[in-house]
Amino acid sequence: MSTLLKPKTAAELRDLYVRQEMMPTIFCDGCGLGNVLNYTLWALDELQVDLNQVVFVSGIGCSSRLSGYVNSDGMHTTHGRALSFASGIKAANPNLTVIVFTGDGDGAGIGGNHLLHTIRRNMDLTVILVNNFIYGMTGGQSAPTTPIGGISSTTPYGNVEYAMDICALAMALEAPYVARWTVNQPYPPIKSIAQGIAKRGFALIEMLVPCPTAYGGRNGLKGVERIWQWYRDNTVLLDDFEHIMEFGTHEEQEEIKHKIKVGVLQDSERECFDEQWAKLVERVKL
Amino acid sequence: MRQEIRICGFGGQGVITASVILGKAAAVYDNLIACQSQSYGPEARGGAARAEVIIDDKPIGCPGVHVADILIAMSLEAFTRYGRDVKPDGTIIIDPDLVATSDLPERAYPIPATRIAENLGNTVVANIVMLGAVTAITGVVSEEAIHASTVKSVPARFKELNERALAAGMAAGRELKGLGRG
Amino acid sequence: MDRALIRRALGDKVQFIQGDDACAYGALLAGCNFFAGYPITPATEVAEQMSILLPLVGGCYIQMEDEIASMGALVGASWTGAKTMTSTSGPGFSLMQENLGYAIMTETPCVVVNVQRSGPSTGQPTMGAYGDMMQARWGTHGDHEIIMLCPASVQESLDMTIVAFNLSEQFRTPVLLFIDGELGHMRERLVIPDDDEVEIVNRPMFNGQGKYLPFATDASLVPTFAPFGSGHRTYVTGLTHNEQGLPRSSSAEIHDKLIRRLADKINNHRDQIIRYEEFYADDCDIAIITYGITARTCRDVVEQARSKGIKVGMLRLITIWPFPDDLVARWAERVQAILVPEMNLGQMIHPIREAVAGRCKVAPLFRIGGEIHTPVEILTALEELQCQLC
Repeated sequence: MSTLLKPKTAAELRDLYVRQEMMPTIFCDGCGLGNVLNYTLWALDELQVDLNQVVFVSGIGCSSRLSGYVNSDGMHTTHGRALSFASGIKAANPNLTVIVFTGDGDGAGIGGNHLLHTIRRNMDLTVILVNNFIYGMTGGQSAPTTPIGGISSTTPYGNVEYAMDICALAMALEAPYVARWTVNQPYPPIKSIAQGIAKRGFALIEMLVPCPTAYGGRNGLKGVERIWQWYRDNTVLLDDFEHIMEFGTHEEQEEIKHKIKVGVLQDSERECFDEQWAKLVERVKL
Repeated sequence: MRQEIRICGFGGQGVITASVILGKAAAVYDNLIACQSQSYGPEARGGAARAEVIIDDKPIGCPGVHVADILIAMSLEAFTRYGRDVKPDGTIIIDPDLVATSDLPERAYPIPATRIAENLGNTVVANIVMLGAVTAITGVVSEEAIHASTVKSVPARFKELNERALAAGMAAGRELKGLGRG
Repeated sequence: MDRALIRRALGDKVQFIQGDDACAYGALLAGCNFFAGYPITPATEVAEQMSILLPLVGGCYIQMEDEIASMGALVGASWTGAKTMTSTSGPGFSLMQENLGYAIMTETPCVVVNVQRSGPSTGQPTMGAYGDMMQARWGTHGDHEIIMLCPASVQESLDMTIVAFNLSEQFRTPVLLFIDGELGHMRERLVIPDDDEVEIVNRPMFNGQGKYLPFATDASLVPTFAPFGSGHRTYVTGLTHNEQGLPRSSSAEIHDKLIRRLADKINNHRDQIIRYEEFYADDCDIAIITYGITARTCRDVVEQARSKGIKVGMLRLITIWPFPDDLVARWAERVQAILVPEMNLGQMIHPIREAVAGRCKVAPLFRIGGEIHTPVEILTALEELQCQLC
């Protein structure tokens, strides 16, 4: 984070960036979505982005309600299709900063094909994909991210499908910026979201967020405290992971080997769609 | 007067290109009304190609050709399939090297378009030879129009070859016409 | 966009081109500067032509991963102020229904071209049909109105594409332009209209007076527009929303008001939307009501039948939706029978029957399989109808 700017308080951020008419949020107690919104606003504030030039786009689901809480232009679209709308906005007006809020079901389930191709095209979007392992808004049905064995309202005897690693997909498609964080740590995600917005090209920030209502209770994590603790216990910083795998003891390695890695997983440069298109137009325009 | 022209052969002969050039000659350069269509689908799979042009001096309603006024057949298969769908007084033009059949009516004009094109150095212009011939034989479009349309439609570097093909086709057509065939 | 550039991109004033290409030309003339689409026979040439033309004039062409995404991109681009179009055929049009509904709900101008082929499913990809007429009307879920035009020639494909853009801008709603595989691939003479012959309508813009309420309207029932990035911080949602654009999905009152207004803004302006052509309207016993490519054959047959002493008139619908029921009812008053030739198994015959309401006989003449009606079969149907009336 910039050391020059004094970070604003949550109340200050709210007055500057939040669409007051949409308050209060629809989120449950213990939900991490409010934190994701906060981190995003801090990142915007750090970058001192002109909010008049920002469009928040989202699909359908709890996380997709976030677009409505930011007092900028916003588009709350259809289920899974946010990236298509966002691509249209960015391609038609590359001067706009386009940020997408989506969820695991919205972005990687029903919208999986759009995710794949939007990354391939390297659209200059910042995608904040909030992963809570479940379809929360509709009451807890299994998602493409629900862990194998996980209980949901549509996998009452346990999920028999494997969960999807969304960041691995984005990395395979050579997304210029890929990061994963949990809501437990505020500062790294703020920095990461700011980096994602500043990055020319596709930036994916996967936020692991607890859903005490639809996921926790069914999966032995009843109560807000327990589910938040689960994220502390089951994630490991990428740097720590690599260090332990190289230098740690066998026991230390065994302990972390199945944990979810968080951190900036990929950071590279690649010309984005609107840059490529502008060059093409420059070349052929009459 | 409405003239329905069917051009058929096999894929690669430029049947559709020929139909577009003919239609363009009428519609753009002769100030007539023209409508061109082609058939795709299963029948194109066997290598058969078919295109149709309707030329009229008043607006064209029905865009379909059923019984043609002019048939240009550049393969035996095409002639076998469409040879009968020609008006009794209609014009039939065939490439005799490719349509070798005893079913050929007396009035058919044999234009060895592929051979003529080969002598010009490239069989790819056989379709243009045919366009020259049909223009000379039927007058369905003017010679100036078919020339302008051809030149406009082919790559600049092949302009001269196509002009020679057109001229050769016209000469062959005029010769047969002079012999009183048809 | 620069009109001179558009003219240079389009080339010669008189050309011999396909219906699909004419749609693309019309789009450019109407000011289209954004196209998103997915290739599909027999509509691919529209996309191909747009991919050639748009960069020449500084517009944007993007090939999306499917038709769902194409429709989404169209809506997104339109909210930046772009004039947008996509093209597809039946299978793709089916995929577009979800975001077409979103465009209706969010009052987003855009033009959707459907070069129809035979269905259901993959059907006959290379053959023409008019089997999506009712899908156009009711394809997306929920109560809504739609505007749809059906040209019958290559020239009209250009002209009506311009009209489609203008209606879409004027009423801030998606407009459908339906042709078929036959017309899409048919070549005819096309005369590119001069600039003074092209009317261009732009969506009503917010004038900056007072607070901007993105979905508040005056008597026109069409809200004013402010593009994303203009500082008005507009929120757009497919949920039922208030005049400010904020979700109010539990309010029966707000939903009722919104959805009725969306319908009324089209229905109250039917006189500006409905286009048609009449032949021998005041001197006939039998009428043909037709649309699309079939109308061309019907036009020939009308003359043939009249020369044989059958007093036939013809109504050609250019605007299909909203359906001109008053017009059809007036025809039903005048004639004893109406022949309805369609390249489907009976779609427009339903609203026709509803409008006729028993005033005269309505006879179907349906043909499927990909080929257009022959003049003989329409003439025979008219002769049979004449006999039945005697």
